Amino acid sequence: MKGGFKQSLPSILVIAVVVGIWWAVVIATKSAIFPTPGAVVTGTLELARDGTLWEHIGASLMRVGLGFGLAVALAIPLGLWMGWVHGAFVTLNPLFQILRPISPIAWIPIAILWFGVGNASPIFLIFIASVFPMIVQTTSGVHTIEKRFLRAAENFGVSRQKLFLKVVFPATLPQIIVGMRIGLGVAWLVVVAAEMIALRSGLGYLIIDSRNAGNRYDLVIAGMIIIGLIGLMLDGIMRLLESMKIVRWRYAH
Amino acid sequence: MRTKVAIQNVRKTFEKGKERLEVISDLNFDVRDGEFVAIVGPSGCGKTTLMNIMAGFLAPDSGAVLVDGKPRIKPNSKGILITQQGSVFPWLTVKQNLLFGLPDELPNREALADEYAALVGLKGFENNYPHELSGGMLKRAEIARALVVKPEILYMDEPFSALDALMSLRMQNELLRILAIEKHTVMLITHDVEEAIHLADRILVLSQRPARIQASFDVPFTHPRRVSSPEAQALRVAILKELGVTEAV
Repeated sequence: MKGGFKQSLPSILVIAVVVGIWWAVVIATKSAIFPTPGAVVTGTLELARDGTLWEHIGASLMRVGLGFGLAVALAIPLGLWMGWVHGAFVTLNPLFQILRPISPIAWIPIAILWFGVGNASPIFLIFIASVFPMIVQTTSGVHTIEKRFLRAAENFGVSRQKLFLKVVFPATLPQIIVGMRIGLGVAWLVVVAAEMIALRSGLGYLIIDSRNAGNRYDLVIAGMIIIGLIGLMLDGIMRLLESMKIVRWRYAH
Repeated sequence: MRTKVAIQNVRKTFEKGKERLEVISDLNFDVRDGEFVAIVGPSGCGKTTLMNIMAGFLAPDSGAVLVDGKPRIKPNSKGILITQQGSVFPWLTVKQNLLFGLPDELPNREALADEYAALVGLKGFENNYPHELSGGMLKRAEIARALVVKPEILYMDEPFSALDALMSLRMQNELLRILAIEKHTVMLITHDVEEAIHLADRILVLSQRPARIQASFDVPFTHPRRVSSPEAQALRVAILKELGVTEAV
C-alpha cells in the first residue's frame, strides 16, 4: 500500500469540505431542527453507549444475511443450471427478465400481506431484490465460458462431475462473485427501505423512529451515515472475494 | 510401419445462408504409427477444419477418419489437440491442469503430474497459476497436460504461432527433445515451412480451398536438423513453389 495515504488524500479532503460546508450552513441559518456534524457525533455516541445502535445494526445485518444467503443458495445452482441447459434457459429466462426490473420496494405491500410485519417480510424483500441479479450473472457466466476450454475438457474425456467441478463452476466463479457483489449491494439498499415500513428494529427503523419520536434529526443522519459505512464495508468484503487467486485470471485484464 | 491414421475420402462443406462453402474435397492420406506429419497450405484453405475433423470435434460430411482402423467419431484422450490459442485452464494451477486429464483412481497421478511438469521444464512452477507464467511456459504446460495422459496422437494446430520467433524456435527444439523420449504420432498444421522442415518426417502441401493434397515431401534429414543447410533450403524452395511463392535463392 505504498502511497495509499497520498492517493486517498483528495477524497478525505472532499469529505472534510462537505462536512465543513454543512457545519457552516447550519450555524449560518440558525436551524433549530437540522443538526450540526457535532450533534450527529454526539447522538451516535449516545446510541452506542446505551447499546441500541448495536441492536439496530445487528438486526439489519441479520436480515440481510438471511435474505441474501437464501438468494445465494437458490441463485447459484439455478443460474448454473440455466446456463448449462438450454431448455431451462429459454423456459425460465423470460419470467426472470419480467420480474427483475420490478423495484423491491414495489413488493412491500405483498410482503406485508404474505409475511406480516415480522422479520420474514424484510428477509423476503432482500431475497427478491438480490436473487435476480445473481441468477442473471451466473447464467451469463456459464454462457461466456470460452469454447476452447470446453473443447479441451471434452478432449480429455472427463466425467460430467469433473467437467462441472473443474471447468464449468470455476470458469463461472468470477461472474458469480460479480453477481454476489451486485446482489449484496441491492440487499443493503432494500433492508433499510423495508425496515422503514414496519418492525421495531434495524437501521431503517432507527431513522424513521428518530424522526417520528421528536424530530431527532441528529439520529436520522447518524443512521444514514452508518448505513453508508456498513454498505462500504460489505462491498469491501465482496472485493476480497475478487482478489482470490482462483479468480484473478478474469479480473487481471 | 503400420498405418495409424487414415483419412479416407473426407469432404466438408459449410453452409452459410444460401452460400455453400466447400472446404475439403475428397481428401485422402495415411499417417504411419510414430510418424510426424506436417500439413502446410495457404491461409483459409481449411487446415483447421481438417484438424478438427481428425481430432473428432467435427464430423465430415462424407468419408471417414480411421484411427487404428476404427472410425473416429468423437474426441478422446487418445488424441489430444493443441491449438494456437491454447487451452490451459486459467483457474487451475499448472499441477491441477496436469492432473485434470488423469483419472481420479490412478494411484500415481500426483507423481505423474510432477514428472511431466519437470519433463517440460516447469519444475518449481507446479503451483503457479497460468496468468503468472510467460507465453512459452504456458505452451510447455499445455504440452505437458497433453502428454501426461499418454496420448497416441498429438494434433497440433499452429501451436507456436502466437509466440515470438525466438520462443517458437526454442519450443520446436523442446518438442523434438520430448518426442525423442516419448514416441508419438504427430500431426502438425503450420504456415511456417521452416518449422515443418525442422520438425516433420513428411510434409503435405494442401491446395487452395477446397483442400486437396497438392504435394507430399519426405524430409530425409536426421535430427538435429540444420534448416540452413543447402538440402533443407532446396526443399523449402520446392515447398514454397507448391504454395505459389517463388523467391530468389
